[in-house]
Amino acid sequence: MPDKCEYGLLIDYEYCTGCYACQVACAQEYGWPEGMGGIRVIEVEQRLPNDRAYLSYIPFPTELCILCAPRTRQGLEPACVKHCMAACMKYGKIEDLAREMSQKPRMVLWVPRS
Amino acid sequence: MTKGKNRQIVRTTTWSAGPGCHGGCGVLAHIEDGKLVKIEGDPEHPWNQGRLCSRCLAMTQYINHPDRLTRPLKRIGERGEGKWQEISWDEAFDLIENKLGKIREDYGPESVIFSMGTGRDIGAWICMLAYAYGSPNVMFALSGIACYSPRISAVETVQGDYCILDAAQWFPKRYEDPRYQVPECIVVWGYNIPASCPDNVFGHWIIDLMKKGTKIITIDPRLSWFASRAEKWLRLRPGTDGALAMGFLNVIINEGLYDKEFVEKWTNAAHLVRSDTGKLLRESDWVEGGSPVNFVVWDTARQAPAIWDSQQLEYKSANVRPALEGEYEVSLADGTRVSAKTVCDVFVEQVNQYPVERVSEITWVPPKDIIEAARLYARSKPAAIHWGVPIDMTPAITPTVQAITDLWCLTGNLDVPGGNVISRYAFDAVAYALPGAKGVIKLKSKEDDEKRIGADQYGPLRKFIWRAQTDVTLEQIFTEDPYPIKGMWLQACNPVAGIGLDPKRWVEALKKLDFVVAVDLFMNPTTQLADVVLPATTFLEKDSIRSWWIPLQSINKAITVGECKPDIEINFELAKRFDPDFRWNNIHELFDEILKPSGLTFRELQQQGWAFPPEGHPSHPYHRFEKGLLRPDVKPGFQTPSGKVELYSVLREEWGLEPVAHYEEPPFTPISQPELCKEYPLILSTGRRSPVYFHAEHRNIPWLREIDPDPVIEIHPKTAKSLNIANGEWVWVENWLGRCKFRAKVTLVVPEWMVMTAHGWWFPEEPGEEPSLFGVWKSNVNQLIPMGFQGEDGLGAPIKHLLCKIYRVDEQEEARDAR
Repeated sequence: MPDKCEYGLLIDYEYCTGCYACQVACAQEYGWPEGMGGIRVIEVEQRLPNDRAYLSYIPFPTELCILCAPRTRQGLEPACVKHCMAACMKYGKIEDLAREMSQKPRMVLWVPRS
Repeated sequence: MTKGKNRQIVRTTTWSAGPGCHGGCGVLAHIEDGKLVKIEGDPEHPWNQGRLCSRCLAMTQYINHPDRLTRPLKRIGERGEGKWQEISWDEAFDLIENKLGKIREDYGPESVIFSMGTGRDIGAWICMLAYAYGSPNVMFALSGIACYSPRISAVETVQGDYCILDAAQWFPKRYEDPRYQVPECIVVWGYNIPASCPDNVFGHWIIDLMKKGTKIITIDPRLSWFASRAEKWLRLRPGTDGALAMGFLNVIINEGLYDKEFVEKWTNAAHLVRSDTGKLLRESDWVEGGSPVNFVVWDTARQAPAIWDSQQLEYKSANVRPALEGEYEVSLADGTRVSAKTVCDVFVEQVNQYPVERVSEITWVPPKDIIEAARLYARSKPAAIHWGVPIDMTPAITPTVQAITDLWCLTGNLDVPGGNVISRYAFDAVAYALPGAKGVIKLKSKEDDEKRIGADQYGPLRKFIWRAQTDVTLEQIFTEDPYPIKGMWLQACNPVAGIGLDPKRWVEALKKLDFVVAVDLFMNPTTQLADVVLPATTFLEKDSIRSWWIPLQSINKAITVGECKPDIEINFELAKRFDPDFRWNNIHELFDEILKPSGLTFRELQQQGWAFPPEGHPSHPYHRFEKGLLRPDVKPGFQTPSGKVELYSVLREEWGLEPVAHYEEPPFTPISQPELCKEYPLILSTGRRSPVYFHAEHRNIPWLREIDPDPVIEIHPKTAKSLNIANGEWVWVENWLGRCKFRAKVTLVVPEWMVMTAHGWWFPEEPGEEPSLFGVWKSNVNQLIPMGFQGEDGLGAPIKHLLCKIYRVDEQEEARDAR
């Protein structure tokens, strides 16, 4: 059903610092009890040659993410996007976000269940 | 502003209790029927531009927490027994007035210590109370006062004013302001982003700048977020920052990468140093009746000495061409002849004691990396250095900071757009005695200050830092020498779980005192040992001002919780009781006086929310030393004894300390303690930052605790494997002072030779009374760090570089103990 997949979240994970603001912003917006939430931050530690590694954090929208429909209807950004300390999350139409993805590497586009 | 029927939106500023941090963020608090229902970042606020951190976003759980203290409590059992009785504020104030009044009568006002944690919107008001009571002993409870004040004091020693990374924070339009320039390179020195907001800076500004093209050099033993994205990453051995900075200077000097014009014009490089005493040659040495505060240079035009007048900031004769290099014979007033060489030569000799190979041996950073990083920093224009608290957390903090300060001065990055910019309090509106400023709230007389603990021993405490020295104070509680300590006022200060090193000693100390008051928002391991506990408020429950760096901001009351009172109201009431001459009738009158230099009243500031100093004001950048904006006499130059950037510090010389930047090996390292190192082979670094906690706070906030549930120790995979430790297992961390346990996070972030633990851990869910004290002895890593190892100038402490061994917690043994 294509009309159900119109919007998504674009994450520039080069700049996600793992501050967890998105996760708590979602908890505040919906009053989630322990263990539940619309977005989770994933930590990835990738070993590289020469004793280096790359630390990544990626906010992942869960089964509970509704892309903040009550907020976006009022013209507000989703709570996670608004508060992202690194300003590395973007809400928008999938095709617009997909175009933006071609501008730089280390991006991921999520289309949550919503 | 209103929204919906009962919803009111209050615009205010974060500072202190609540998110806990050093604040400055603009927020919109959504209030319904007098309760906080939501908090959001204020999109119009130039500081955070709508963003907000996890701690602030969890404010609804904090404000409405069932464990909030909402009425004053009086102890009714033994100290630590956990038996309390609720009392009224009147009763609490009467009791405190009576008890502290008696101590003052019997032992003098200096016998009560007024102790704060990280201060924030408490610093001014705890000083107000202490000074009204008559005690000079306001104390920041960390060993060696090792958080921020030492850095400020050390930078002011060299250049007279403090400075920080330029992220355009001085301009309402921020990065868009045409006067601003994005740094080509930022050196992130011992700082990690998840902590996010150190004093004076919003951490994610650096991310904003990275997106605008700034390259990063990271200096950190940990493979931090910045390190993994850095152009250059220098994994140094903890505590060797001073050596690395000397290595950078060595490359920059010997490759000629410094700003020659700046050195000649703005530093004391040309001043002469006597070869016989090793001290600065002063006018009083050279001529009878000469001034001891003026200095001597060698004038190459006349081939004779000339006098630098430190008051007029000019040479006493015309057209002096001072020599930067060389050794010269000078006849002194007493007829003797001495040879003297320039500060420049002395400085370069010192720097040349740190060739890159030697620095590599000390720091464990490969020579190639040191050279390349130094070149990248020096060649980037502009470039800035942003440092974290590890710089304070070593006994040789001042020499280390001298070296780093020399770096931004010599590369011409001081007070230029995109460099390290002089940071003063907005409009020079200063509430209380702070490094470099004395403020509106002062001790009544110099005599009152004479008994301040440690001020007689330590120069910086007489010049910059108006606090009692913490390590000396703790000792004095036991020795009662030179006078007894009988009481303590603790305000948002938790030495048993957070800020105190050797915390069991702090428990003993508190128990020895006759009367202890704690002001806080929740019960914690320290409040359990008080006689009276007073419930304070979060930033949302008070009117206040943030005259703390830039911009100037108001904090606006949005709600009331129980009978909680703002720190300022508590202290104001008691200050009036203790001081018959207390000069303010009400709090707004005090605010207005503090704000006076801004030309705004508190009400006016509240209406506009924040205010930026205008162009031409001393608290507005750039190039202020050239414009005469830094000194009260408006002469171009700096607020140092010589009026110059001092590569050779006049103050350090006067305090009997080595005047030039250098490196000192910390007290507990594999190098300084090879014997101890055999038993405790790992370097223990503490203070791993969590994105969801501020020091010892927030473990009781469910949304935050869920993210970081346990005290963590980071262990390299090879180290973990060799010790048979798996990810997620509990391990003991032990050294000669004690042991405590942490959950293993096996990670490449730390090197094989080091482990890093979190700090400030206690368990609000466990019993509060002794012996548990909220389980504080399980995982408070400060049990493994001694007090009393402050630096020669009373500042700094070995917090980031100790020694330990680690081993798996034996679960059967644990179960046996539990039975």
